Amino acid sequence: MNICELEKIKQQFIKEINFRKLGDTSGVEYKYDVMVCGGTGCRSCKSKKVQDALEETVKAKGLENLVKVHGVGCFGLCVNGPIVLIYPNDALYEKVAVEDVEEIVSSLAEDKLVERLLHHEDGKAIEKKDEMSFCKKQRYIARNNSEFMCLENILEDYIALDGYRALHKVVSEMKPEEVVKVISDSGLRGRGGAGFPTGKKWEFTRVVEAEQKYVICNADEGDPGAFMDRSIIESNPHAIIEAMAICGYAIGANKGFVYLRAEYPLAGERLQKAIDDATARGLLGEKIFGTDFSFELEIKYGAGAFVCGEETALMRSIEGNRGEPTLKPPYPATKGLYGCPTVINNVETLANVAQIINNGAEWYNQIGTPDSKGTKVFALTGKINNSGLIELPMGTTIREIIYEIGGGIPNGKKFKAVQMGGPSGGCIPEQHLDTPIDYKSLSELGSMMGSGGMIVVDEDTCMVDLAKFFLQFTRDESCGKCTPCRIGNKRILEILTKITDGEATMDDLDELEKLCHYVKDNSLCGLGQTSPNPVLSTLRYFRDEYIEHIKDHKCRAGVCKKLSKYVITDKCIGCSACSRQCPVGAISGEIRSKFNIDQEKCIKCGKCCETCRFGAIVKE
Amino acid sequence: MEIIVDGKKYIAENGETILQVARRNGIEIPTLCFLKGVNEPASCRVCVVEVEGVKNLCTACSTKVFDGMVVKTNTNKVIRARKNAIELLLSNHNQNCLSCPKNLQCQFQKLCNQFQCTNKFKGEMNEFAYDDTNHAIVRDESKCILCGKCVAVCAKRQGCSAIGKVGRGFETKVSTPFDRDMQHSACVGCGQCVLVCPTGALTQKNDTSKVMDILCEDDVVKIAQVAPAVRVSLGEAFGNEIGTFVEGKMVSALKELGFDFVFDVNTGADFTVVEEAGELLERLERKENLPLFTSCCPAWFNYCEKFYPEYANNMSTAKSPNEMLASLVRYYFEKQGKKVKIVSVMPCTAKKREILTHGVIDQCITTRELADLIKLKSINFNTLEDKKFDDPFGEATSSALIFGVTGGVTEAALRYAVFKTTGKKQGIVEEVRFSDGVKEVSVDLAGKKLNLAIVHGLTNAKAVMEEIKSGKRKYDFVEVMACPGGCVNGGGQIYVDYDKVDVEEVIKKRSASIYKVDGDCKFSGSEENKSVAKIYDELLGNDKHLIHDLLHYKRADKNFYE
Repeated sequence: MNICELEKIKQQFIKEINFRKLGDTSGVEYKYDVMVCGGTGCRSCKSKKVQDALEETVKAKGLENLVKVHGVGCFGLCVNGPIVLIYPNDALYEKVAVEDVEEIVSSLAEDKLVERLLHHEDGKAIEKKDEMSFCKKQRYIARNNSEFMCLENILEDYIALDGYRALHKVVSEMKPEEVVKVISDSGLRGRGGAGFPTGKKWEFTRVVEAEQKYVICNADEGDPGAFMDRSIIESNPHAIIEAMAICGYAIGANKGFVYLRAEYPLAGERLQKAIDDATARGLLGEKIFGTDFSFELEIKYGAGAFVCGEETALMRSIEGNRGEPTLKPPYPATKGLYGCPTVINNVETLANVAQIINNGAEWYNQIGTPDSKGTKVFALTGKINNSGLIELPMGTTIREIIYEIGGGIPNGKKFKAVQMGGPSGGCIPEQHLDTPIDYKSLSELGSMMGSGGMIVVDEDTCMVDLAKFFLQFTRDESCGKCTPCRIGNKRILEILTKITDGEATMDDLDELEKLCHYVKDNSLCGLGQTSPNPVLSTLRYFRDEYIEHIKDHKCRAGVCKKLSKYVITDKCIGCSACSRQCPVGAISGEIRSKFNIDQEKCIKCGKCCETCRFGAIVKE
Repeated sequence: MEIIVDGKKYIAENGETILQVARRNGIEIPTLCFLKGVNEPASCRVCVVEVEGVKNLCTACSTKVFDGMVVKTNTNKVIRARKNAIELLLSNHNQNCLSCPKNLQCQFQKLCNQFQCTNKFKGEMNEFAYDDTNHAIVRDESKCILCGKCVAVCAKRQGCSAIGKVGRGFETKVSTPFDRDMQHSACVGCGQCVLVCPTGALTQKNDTSKVMDILCEDDVVKIAQVAPAVRVSLGEAFGNEIGTFVEGKMVSALKELGFDFVFDVNTGADFTVVEEAGELLERLERKENLPLFTSCCPAWFNYCEKFYPEYANNMSTAKSPNEMLASLVRYYFEKQGKKVKIVSVMPCTAKKREILTHGVIDQCITTRELADLIKLKSINFNTLEDKKFDDPFGEATSSALIFGVTGGVTEAALRYAVFKTTGKKQGIVEEVRFSDGVKEVSVDLAGKKLNLAIVHGLTNAKAVMEEIKSGKRKYDFVEVMACPGGCVNGGGQIYVDYDKVDVEEVIKKRSASIYKVDGDCKFSGSEENKSVAKIYDELLGNDKHLIHDLLHYKRADKNFYE
């Protein structure tokens, strides 16, 4: 591969890209490009069947020359999948089913759009996807261009969008230290959790003299609710490959590993294909672009342990050992994988690299805030209308995310808090909604950027229960090596359970707080050091809820089963429908007179409440 | 460089940890998971200290010193954190301490006491397994505090990895692969894990009550026979210095316990030397099954069976000194129409397997169990008068005594062989002593050059076996002792507090004690043992078949040890 060949491929595919990206119809003979989302989210709602049906229907109608059907990477609005994009209109169809296919194709034949499938806001259909409020404030860098590349020939489309230019530039024009300098100057920080400056990491590793060095891409995305890494790999695998090769050149490594969780089979499949394609084209392997730089890449699958996202545990896992964190120092930069200097970067971090090289550090530097540069991808989930993946410049406020991009809270419920940074992060309550998102502000609020998981909770969520959920997660996912994390988290969870069961005292609350601080301060690795954060931050902002549970035996959200009960009011007409539905036979009474619930037997499943047509059963 | 610990200045070396500096200067910092050079995971979080300028507490075992570092080892914050860690461990620990085999010898119990721990963190405990299927080792998960020392020792020192951590989170435990029972694991019973376990999670099988049963029997001749290394450790259980030579008191104590005869396994060792040397010469002549592997270490024997079964025929067929002696003793008494019960006392846990295998030995106990029996009978060990081993199996040379140390078998064999081939007395063989793990020696024996290897620690054995297998090395004779340092550091020896003394030091002291007696005996060779000649002549009538029958293992096609 050389630059001419790269240019040749670009020229071959640029017209189709321009057709989709710019709506430039010159140079292509067809009229429409229908792209069906092939991300895991949409695939799980049968988008592949939709794509197959589209292809068949187009063929059956003899429209092959007018309508092209392709798979495409994740668009982000996963809640409304399967998503279908129509180019050059730039329209977006939501929740497309196989049954809709006939109508979609027929309408295209008549140069029309199917209005009912378009995204609606305030009752109005939005014809162009960029006009959706979900899109307006987004800025794509890490997820750049993935909506324009078709999955079938993703390498060529990637090249047409100037892919592998950065790698060419780096290996043929730049010295390793210059590459590191660009990354340093850009202000890029690790997107995996701690936010360590990427350039520094590279530089530490570059200066160590060693025969063998490694680049590792950490794709062991494990935070509940976070899936940006999966999406990036599925939709734009070559961005990661290119970045890893650039990193390899910069630090002097010729071997890279992608540590991918095995729960991401589709990402693994696409990445492997991308690696194979890149190798076949000479973009990986020996003497890349005719230089002395060689770089090969291998996927290593994780066995599903959250702790393997911690870099030392990850390396132990690649080495074939038990995924347990080891002490730092030595840091990976000096003694990493197999004892060799190693750079470990998160997927999203790497996804920024090629563009920084192409556009320069200055360009990247202008995006974001003084302390946090660039954009960040968030996985917006929970009680929010537009749940899915979003990418925003640093400094966007939480309010903008929730109310503008996220479209607010469903069913007119009241916002309560947003849990950021997954099980290591903390919650942010309403009074801090106007906080701009950057590393510093979030940590000042007792939360963290983490990998970018944002779980929105409304008034129906009990904050003690939320903390309990995360502690259950960390209890199970602790590697079990150090005492505070292994046993401390279990004991924290037990105290939380005591609180939600209404059996705790104020002394327990005191003990809970002390134990949380102990675990935070004394655990060996980042997992344990951050695992009490959900408790500490809910205690910080919602202490009254804890006290309510303890003193008043009350859960205001009505979530904690032991603290709530169902009662039958005078509205009851004695129809016995509820008692027939009750799975434990807790409801009894005489026909046509008021029924009663035996609280001893009741398991608070709520089935009676759902069954009653007269609203006679209420939760207290 | 200089660092300040608790207000006092200390000199420290670059690269040292706080713990190293503290221990060197007698500053006490408690640890649970730390085992120098083998297990340094900093995971128990008990050794935390305050370092000025660092926000969180630091683990002393892993934090490297820097010039001007100010460390505080006993502030309230430190004490509280240590106490928290211990109390958390306690909350998931079986507290039946009074009936625990490690009661009063448990490091964890000591710390609970020191830190006045309470059951503050009450909560659910794990479901624990109890596994006593193995012939030597008993595993009680309910006592495990997951320090990881056993796992590290098994993998790093012994190359077996019979146990490892399984599961995750609160459910993490130390177990065998696929949670199989220990009998069906890679465990060879060496007991090195038992030596380092800070609690009662790993102990050896306790056969003291069975020995008591034998001692209560009438109409049998009750015989005790004691291995060389026992006598340099037993005294430690009664407050003596590590390595104190207590042969006389030990014999006395066994008599007090009620044994009719106390024989010296060293006598058996002298026979082993004769038989094994003969076997080596025979194999050299026939050029088959070389190298000859020593067979006296049962853990090594078991290791070879499990990991290198293709080398089964290389094992010496000469019985271990223990079984050789037992066979002779049994033959001797049964010839007189007497019933015997033989109890052997070994520094070893793996030896318990010899009870199961040939039925020559009735019970086999470790040095620790002997100490327990002595305590059980309220015998005041230190005031006992010295007694000698009984005849006719009481005479032994110092060549046999050094079997207790790595290199000893080779040295004894060489002394004998030199005498046999040249008629000259061979003194100390310096080259085979004090090895780091593997020693290679070339000797000229009657014009023939022999390549010998002396190995201790099964990780080293593994390396040597791989070299033999790949053809990189050719040996005529390989001595392997499974335990690092040989039997002096056997898995059945008296517990030592490794926070106070390194294992290397323990090996050195016990070996020195043995070598001193060897020197005092002017390095006597097995050929000098009059009893041996007498037994060959008078008891066995130099009957080759009988000798082979009694003193050699029968070789079956496979696994002839069973």
